[in-house]
Amino acid sequence: MSPKRQTSRVLSEVTPEAVYRARRRFMQATAGLALAPLVSRTVAASTLNYSAANKYTLNEAKTSFDDATHYNNFYEFGTDKYSPAERAQALTIAPWSVVIEGEVKNPGRFTLEDILKPHPLEERIYRLRCVEGWSMVIPWIGFPLAALLKRHEPTSRAKYVEFTSLLRPEEMPEQKRAVLEWPYLEGLRMDEAMHPLTLIAVGLYGQTLPKQNGAPLRLVVPWKYGFKSIKSIVKIRLTEQQPVSTWARAIPSEYGFYSNVNPEVDHPRWSQKRERRIGEFGKRDTLMFNGYAEAVAPLYAGMDLRKYF
Amino acid sequence: MPSRNWVLFKTAVFSLCLLPLGIQVWRFTQHQLGANPIEVVTRHLGEWALMLLLITLCMSPLKTALQSGWPIRLRRMLGLFGFFYALLHLLAYVWMDQFFDWPEIGHDILKRPFITVGMLAFGLLIPLALTSTQAMQRRLKRNWVRLHRLIYVIVIMALIHFFWLVKADTLRPIELSIGAAALLLFRVVRHYSPLVSRQRQAPIPTKVMP
Repeated sequence: MSPKRQTSRVLSEVTPEAVYRARRRFMQATAGLALAPLVSRTVAASTLNYSAANKYTLNEAKTSFDDATHYNNFYEFGTDKYSPAERAQALTIAPWSVVIEGEVKNPGRFTLEDILKPHPLEERIYRLRCVEGWSMVIPWIGFPLAALLKRHEPTSRAKYVEFTSLLRPEEMPEQKRAVLEWPYLEGLRMDEAMHPLTLIAVGLYGQTLPKQNGAPLRLVVPWKYGFKSIKSIVKIRLTEQQPVSTWARAIPSEYGFYSNVNPEVDHPRWSQKRERRIGEFGKRDTLMFNGYAEAVAPLYAGMDLRKYF
Repeated sequence: MPSRNWVLFKTAVFSLCLLPLGIQVWRFTQHQLGANPIEVVTRHLGEWALMLLLITLCMSPLKTALQSGWPIRLRRMLGLFGFFYALLHLLAYVWMDQFFDWPEIGHDILKRPFITVGMLAFGLLIPLALTSTQAMQRRLKRNWVRLHRLIYVIVIMALIHFFWLVKADTLRPIELSIGAAALLLFRVVRHYSPLVSRQRQAPIPTKVMP
């Protein structure tokens, strides 16, 4: 059952400040050239040690690293897909800490290192389906959220988990605009949070998470629409009440708390029956629970998924 | 404007109108449209269709402001370019997005309000494009002017189409709506202002040049 451990994990190596600054200077120096978009693609991150994917692999072609790191929904850095890759580079991700609070026996503020240290990292290749009708296949590196939550001992009153993204308007320019209510909030039911598929990701494609992908740590819930997989987490709060997530607050008629991938339940304004896999021309059928029905359908047994969309 | 200058000027505007398409084609062939080129192309074509219709609506106020007839003589070409981009936008949807899946397209038109209104707007553009010739103008006389007032309805529908398709960030449709509102307001003011009411109906352009 336990994933094969290969080597010790090394994660603390986010890009050293000096390297980062030098890189920024190089990019700024070249920004005037028409080559700027190409240059920005060279942004590298440090590699990670992790165990190879075993159980969670897919027989589907991986999305190219370039596409997965340059076509992002990260509204804090811009509402189009291409801004985050550029504008997120100004984000400071070290030092980073995460508050864990609410219905846990072991609350507090923890440094990123404290959060990550005990957890061996593994690679998981997951489908990612955006509510907008496109999808990717991404090799994430991370560890199950369940392992983290267990360390902090949820109380018997813990029914939900609420996640909060960073609020830092001076580095997240779109937070100065009220496109959404900031900070970004997401939530899971306790059994969803404890499900072995639910991942805290710290990397992708063998390296630390690029900033536009939610560095330094983010959630990945592969059977739900992408916006549930909250990025750049600073707070995890266990609650008795169902949290109200940002999109559900913004447009409650269109975005529900569950937001499970479901080809049978359309978005009020567009169909969810099919999706465009990034890198492909035609569309493919969207799978129930994004293809993870076998693993997660029992969580929703007896629930009307039209009502609890 | 002397006729040679006019031809040059009109050719320049014509080329300028083709520029957005040229840029898209070039970026497409250079793989510069990012991870989801189909979405980018469809969006750009739609946005340029709407912008060209708004530019077309600028011609009449421009004529008033400049006290010169040339904006009206450009109007038909600009409007037809708006139609051209709307057609390409529709083709991008039918071909690249839905890949000629007619049942699905029919379903979309009936069930997705933003597609319904977009399709209606395009449908209403067709008679305007078909009657854009000078022969048709002469044949339809005052009815031509009445028919072509549909453009106001079309622009409003296109804006609704745009608003309904965005997820949360309505900045761009709001910008274009402000432009459209100003252009419509100009017509309302002109209609009710006794001083300029004689200009209410933009004159049918005379023959392009001797």
